[in-house]
Amino acid sequence: MTHDHDHDHDHDHDHDHDHHHDHGHPHAHPHPTREDDDLELTYGEAKFIALRAMLIEKGVVTADEVRRRLEINDRAGPHQGARMVARAWLDPDYKARMLGDGKKAAIELGIQVTEAEVMAIENTPDVHNLVVCTLCSCYPRSLLGEPPAWYVSKAYRSRAVREPRKVLREFGLEFPANVEVRVHDSNADLRYMILPLRPAGTEGMTEEELAALVSRDCLVGAALPGPMPG
Amino acid sequence: MRTEGGAVYAVGDRVRIKDLGKPGHVRTPLYVREKTGVIDSYVGQFENPEERAYGRVGREHIPLYRVRLKQRDLWPDYAGPERDTLVLEIYDHWLERAAPPETQT
Repeated sequence: MTHDHDHDHDHDHDHDHDHHHDHGHPHAHPHPTREDDDLELTYGEAKFIALRAMLIEKGVVTADEVRRRLEINDRAGPHQGARMVARAWLDPDYKARMLGDGKKAAIELGIQVTEAEVMAIENTPDVHNLVVCTLCSCYPRSLLGEPPAWYVSKAYRSRAVREPRKVLREFGLEFPANVEVRVHDSNADLRYMILPLRPAGTEGMTEEELAALVSRDCLVGAALPGPMPG
Repeated sequence: MRTEGGAVYAVGDRVRIKDLGKPGHVRTPLYVREKTGVIDSYVGQFENPEERAYGRVGREHIPLYRVRLKQRDLWPDYAGPERDTLVLEIYDHWLERAAPPETQT
């Protein structure tokens, strides 16, 4: 489940006012303000609020525990996976531990891991790896954050296993026929992250500089590390 | 949570993925059923998600493998090189031992 909405929804939802013109201004001049996006609850938000209220009322969780967990969710993001990659590039022993147990390796860097199992898969000069979840949208959210829209789309989920090279070309990646493209369907209990190859010309870079080369898409195999544009 | 031990197949063993025709929260996608591959690695034992999904928790743990298949065995018209593969996780009860390939590749 995703809870990436603003969870401050406990106000009274009386919707008998006009949402769009209730600025308290008698005149109508163009405002550069952003439209409120929480005037109407989505189905998911309403369900989340109702469920949270019931669980708190029954003493199963406290409001603070829910808040803490949302904070953990918000600390997650591809920068965490990128830290692991940069450390693995610099420290062969860490890399070995990471390939042995991705979850333990993440915890070692102080990352709070909510997944039961994380497997790190290494790209090599001979094998390029791509991750997909055909059955739903499994994704190591602790290490990569929320998945991008394309990752959860039915088009990606069906095409990544059927025509991975064509999909990779659409991401701008083309591999010669002597490189194996290996697709990992995240269909059961493991969550996957890719350890990309360290780019040439990065000798002497610090861990932070290396981590900055590793984008979200690198961590699922849809991109290769390199300088971010802009 | 994972528990160790319990492996029935060894890495490299040829296995066929069954079509159990089982409804509900099964983790074996349709596109790999009745296809043959090899054991890529053994993951360990987990509670069966086909039970857990319905609140039947705390039951026996069953072996989970990563099975590697050639894309050309999955899709006869696969357009990429012969070496391309796919790996996914299959529970023991969806697997059966497969005969060696007729022609060695």
